[in-house]
Amino acid sequence: MSEWWSVVETARRIADGEVTAFRVVEDMLVRITRVDRDLGAYLEIDGDGARTAANEIDRKRKAGEKLGPLAGVPIALKDNLVTKGIVTTAGSKILAGWVPPYEGTAVEKLRAAGAVILGKTNLDEFGMGSSTERSAFKKTKNPWDSSRVPGGSSGGSAAAVAAGLCAASLGTDTGGSIRQPAAFSGVVGIKPTYGRVSRWGVVAFASSLDQVGPLARTVGDAALILQTICGHDPRDATSLDVPVPDFSAALAAGARGLRVGLPKEYFAGELEEHVRAALDRTIAALRDQGAEIVEVSLPHTHLALPAYYIVAPAEASSNLARYDGIRYGLRVEAPDLLTQYSKTRGAGFGPEVKRRIMLGTYALRSGYYDAYYKKAQQIRTLIKRDFDAAFESCDVLLTPTTPTTAFRFGAKATPLDMYLADVFTLSCNLAGLPGMSVPCGLTPEGLPVGAQLLGKPLDEVTLLRAGAAIEAAVGLGDRRPGGFA
Amino acid sequence: MSRSVPQMLEDWEPVIGLEVHVQLATRTKAFSPSAVHFGEPPNSLTDPLVLGMPGTLPVFNKLALELALKLGVATSSKIRARSRFARKQYFYPDLPKGYQISQYDEPLCEHGHLDVLVGTTVKRVRLTRIHLEEDAGKNTHVGAVSHVDLNRAGVPLVEVVSEPELSSAEEAAEFMRSLHRLVRWLEISEADMEKGQLRCDANVSVRLRGEDRLGQRTELKNINSFRFVQNAVEHEIARQLRIVDDGGRIERETRLWDADAGQSAPMRSKEEANDYRYFPDPDLPPLVVDGSTMGTILHALPELPLPRFERYQTAGIARDDARTLISDRAMADYFDAACLAHPAGHAGHGGRTIANWMLTELLGALNTDGKDIRESPMAAETLSALVVLVEDGTISGKIGKEIFAESYKTGEAPLAIIDRRDVRQISDEPALWEIIDNVVKASPKQAEAYAAGKDGLFGFFVGAVMKATNSRANPVMTTDLLKKRLGR
Amino acid sequence: MPTLTRKEVEEIALLARLHLESDELERMQSELGVILDHFGTIAAIDATGIPAMTHAVAMDHAGPFVSLGVLRPDEPQPSLPVDEALRGTPKRDGDLIVVPAIIPGAKE
Ligand SMILES: [Mg+2]
Ligand SMILES: [Zn+2]
Repeated sequence: MSEWWSVVETARRIADGEVTAFRVVEDMLVRITRVDRDLGAYLEIDGDGARTAANEIDRKRKAGEKLGPLAGVPIALKDNLVTKGIVTTAGSKILAGWVPPYEGTAVEKLRAAGAVILGKTNLDEFGMGSSTERSAFKKTKNPWDSSRVPGGSSGGSAAAVAAGLCAASLGTDTGGSIRQPAAFSGVVGIKPTYGRVSRWGVVAFASSLDQVGPLARTVGDAALILQTICGHDPRDATSLDVPVPDFSAALAAGARGLRVGLPKEYFAGELEEHVRAALDRTIAALRDQGAEIVEVSLPHTHLALPAYYIVAPAEASSNLARYDGIRYGLRVEAPDLLTQYSKTRGAGFGPEVKRRIMLGTYALRSGYYDAYYKKAQQIRTLIKRDFDAAFESCDVLLTPTTPTTAFRFGAKATPLDMYLADVFTLSCNLAGLPGMSVPCGLTPEGLPVGAQLLGKPLDEVTLLRAGAAIEAAVGLGDRRPGGFA
Repeated sequence: MSRSVPQMLEDWEPVIGLEVHVQLATRTKAFSPSAVHFGEPPNSLTDPLVLGMPGTLPVFNKLALELALKLGVATSSKIRARSRFARKQYFYPDLPKGYQISQYDEPLCEHGHLDVLVGTTVKRVRLTRIHLEEDAGKNTHVGAVSHVDLNRAGVPLVEVVSEPELSSAEEAAEFMRSLHRLVRWLEISEADMEKGQLRCDANVSVRLRGEDRLGQRTELKNINSFRFVQNAVEHEIARQLRIVDDGGRIERETRLWDADAGQSAPMRSKEEANDYRYFPDPDLPPLVVDGSTMGTILHALPELPLPRFERYQTAGIARDDARTLISDRAMADYFDAACLAHPAGHAGHGGRTIANWMLTELLGALNTDGKDIRESPMAAETLSALVVLVEDGTISGKIGKEIFAESYKTGEAPLAIIDRRDVRQISDEPALWEIIDNVVKASPKQAEAYAAGKDGLFGFFVGAVMKATNSRANPVMTTDLLKKRLGR
Repeated sequence: MPTLTRKEVEEIALLARLHLESDELERMQSELGVILDHFGTIAAIDATGIPAMTHAVAMDHAGPFVSLGVLRPDEPQPSLPVDEALRGTPKRDGDLIVVPAIIPGAKE
């Protein structure tokens, strides 16, 4: 069953000639056709492109040409990643049918490594949401329980990985949009240090927070994908010009001697019982493996949510000004320009996007800037300083990724309820740190729980090391969502 | 009857500040490698970033920064080691991203000044700031629709903002001329106003003389020639004077100058309900100017027009000539090169004579050919050599003009032409005496008449000497010797 | 934190060029009110002397992770062919983009 092979295994078998890339892709496409009608992970499937890419890999192998580390590995992309020639919508009606004339850097790097792009996955419109319910196009179900959301905004990417509809996928994370769906869907998700992965070709939500990262079924797979997409890009002025370490080399190091910090603020509030239990087991397992567990404090944690919900909407209100119906995308014709702008944007954006644009516009108005946007950025500094202080006594922080397991469709009745679901994941983006969610068991109901690891800037290596230790001790192993095996 | 403008100006003082946009002479746009050209087919100079497509990111043009720094240094501005780009947000069809990347609270340059030649004096006008930004595309209005061409979108600009301390339309126009000259001098912009490479907005107000506070201002937009600046500001001053002199109040408004109609009209639109919501562009890190960049800029900075203007005058060049010489850096450079080749340099006679020859003969010839000083077929050293040949008496000035014309046309060295044509001036006294003696002997009657007091005949003898020498006789010596030979 | 008035909501919607139906306006007014009640608290926080973190990488103190002064050489790359540039353009006249008439001078 090539569909459940890991990234590492798929690449190896293709390289060894045990199977052709074409076979792998074809099987995956068949499976997608069978499964995804109900699951709803994909928005767009590029069957022809995938087959062509797979054939090219097979040709290269036969010709004895050098193959990339991901040669033939079928990958899915969140639909806010710009793909040349493949419709890119960011889950919004305003971009429906838009075919980009260029390719994003992360996608380019994947292709260069030999990855085969299967298609584009569902998301909350422009990444604004935590359940993928805010997609303009479709619902994506949680493979573990079809009455529940897969999380969001990278819900399609998480569900596709969890249900074996790709070997791995890329998502984007602005306030938890990789880690939260990874936790809800029982997969590994990494948000790298801000600046590690180029944002060129990432449909912007909040520029100072957005970051691309992998979702995969194993920590090792996530490390390999991360390895491929990291690196300095002269097309992104915020991209960091620093060496990329060998991520996979760190995986086997184990937890011995690792100082794991538990920020007390993340364990003090309302935590779902089974989430708390899973975390307790995770902490105990790490201690058993020789990790040193220390309690730390991040005293400004309570300010992260308000700061985030000022910064992100403010930047979004600006980033989304380009959707004006003039050069591309939806246009609602009107006799005068002002009406055309307003009607186009009124018809093209969904309610959540409108709310955030309104909120962001409010916060940036003259006379309000200092009290809101600037204040929120000052709070970012306080939050960053909290982390700096905490990392003086530990190497990595461990928290639950989410206060609860995946919730049911429609459960978050008000926008505020939905925002509160991101409470553990936001600080990482505000501070620019690397973060990761790794499955740490199932609840008695069979829902996955995610453990979140937060690291020092650029210290993905330690996250991966700790993540691998958690995976080995309390991970899901071969347990797969029912009905998808 | 309201009073005349000069009457009103006795009581009221106009105050003008200018905001001038200058297109920087780069090959690519401010934030993307899309090419910059004028007059290309519509929407042919774009890329995903220029089109404001999702996922694109700005990276600033190094050359644009260097060009802006040159202007900053040349205007003695304070250069910010770490400036910031901000987004200025408004919706307009020629603005693809829905915001313009500009600089707001931390501009690249502040507190500089521009020296402006007004009439015969130099007025120092303070500059509030010089900041970097990107240009918008172009909208053309065609009946019920407008057409958008984004070729110009994203072209790098500097916006030069003056303090409100210009006090007449003439000064405003001279400010523009000085800035125009300076940016061309520094080669940071071609500043072709017909191509919109230099454009200006004017803030105009009037106040009672002696008053410290500024009056309510209006903003004039869309001014794209020196003449329009003068006309638009003059017109606006007069309009405001008529209102305030009648006891009326000036409304804060933006007015558009219509050059064809020769008048301005207020802009009226719902679109004006704007709040730019500036905030630091999160896609762009601070713009850092390091020491080595500054060093390179400072090192390469040429001598500026106004210091040269002063230097030429000190060297004895007439004010008007000096002004012409600094109108264009190539002109001043030509002049300096010619002086350098002259044994006396700029000082005294040398500079003055070279300026004379350059401004009359050379510019005249270039003008006839429709050529620029840069395209002069005659090198500065050649002109200098010719001037020396006239000054040292090798040839007369009259012959000099002929030699100039030929050398200009053929490129032959003046001395070679002189020798070939055998037109060296006869300044040898015995030789000239012999010629004069022969001329006087050949016309005894005229010599007698002259001796008897018929002064008018002196010219006859000069002419005869020139005729006998093919105009080669040294005119000063000829006069001198003739007087001796004729007895008075 | 003052609650939003209907007029304020309308003004913001105009600034953002967002047409909202009247029921949307009403909902927006109450939802934004709730959100601002919750998050607006930050306005009251004293952050005197705390530098603003404008980017998620530390830009305020040069360190090993900071890549400041990223500039691009002035070297042109080929432009997009017009048909590719305007492939998704809703309304064109030849190679020009068409929009409803702009009131002359409507631009700031
Ligand atoms: Mg201005
Ligand atoms: Zn400007």
